[in-house]
Amino acid sequence: MKFQAASSIAAVLAALALPAHADSYKLPRNVILEEECGSCHMVFPPQMLHADSWRAMMGDLARHFGSDASLDEQRRIAITDFLVAHSGGRKTGATRDARGKPLLRISETERFIKKHREISAATWQRASIKSPANCGACHTRAAAGDYDDDTIRIPK
Amino acid sequence: MRHLLIIAATLLATSAYADTPLDFLARYEKDAGSPASAERGARFFNMKHGDEWSCASCHTERPTQVGRHAKTDKPIKPLAPSANAERFTDAAKVDKWFRRNCNDTLNRACSAQEKADVIAWLLTLN
Repeated sequence: MKFQAASSIAAVLAALALPAHADSYKLPRNVILEEECGSCHMVFPPQMLHADSWRAMMGDLARHFGSDASLDEQRRIAITDFLVAHSGGRKTGATRDARGKPLLRISETERFIKKHREISAATWQRASIKSPANCGACHTRAAAGDYDDDTIRIPK
Repeated sequence: MRHLLIIAATLLATSAYADTPLDFLARYEKDAGSPASAERGARFFNMKHGDEWSCASCHTERPTQVGRHAKTDKPIKPLAPSANAERFTDAAKVDKWFRRNCNDTLNRACSAQEKADVIAWLLTLN
């Protein structure tokens, strides 16, 4: 009994300690997420957007950044729940735009802008980079949820 | 006994999804009420329909090869069944992608005739 109490305290402490790893965006495997989101683009870390942003995005998949990404309801709910459960609140900075709408692009969050302030417009436009959504162009371990500074290599 | 029933039911449900490209072709031809034309399918696949993208924008004009998402650059496995045996074998996937992609390229759903034509053309590619 005593041991059980001690181990649950340890589990709670471990859970509380997790957000301290600011640059770790590891995720438990989620086949539905990989299959549905990952068929068109890399799976962006849910921690990089607020829960409100994920809810807004998953509520309008038929108009997903100009494409129809509509899903059956069962999968839509499963993915939304997962994204919300792993969403980042405080980390992302302001979570809404000037009109009070939830931000939908990670690249528009305060944290992203601050972290990339040294990247010039010309660098973003390189053919090897193309878009701020192309995380893996510079963050060589992005696919594994590793955005640590040590793993950055900006291509020519 | 109950387990056996569940296994039997699962097998039945799975076999219902195990379609072939020819099954889809036959189904769409029946819905359209006229035979498919591979030639029409090729034209349809490669032309723009008033919007920015054609089917070929992502799947390439020769869909036996790997395509690339026109916006995200993500590789797309070949669409032609001869190059990718998984294509047109799962009704849920076929419905989902026709729904999304027709909406993106034509701003409407594709007709059964258009779907039949495209599949007929894809089946001629080797």
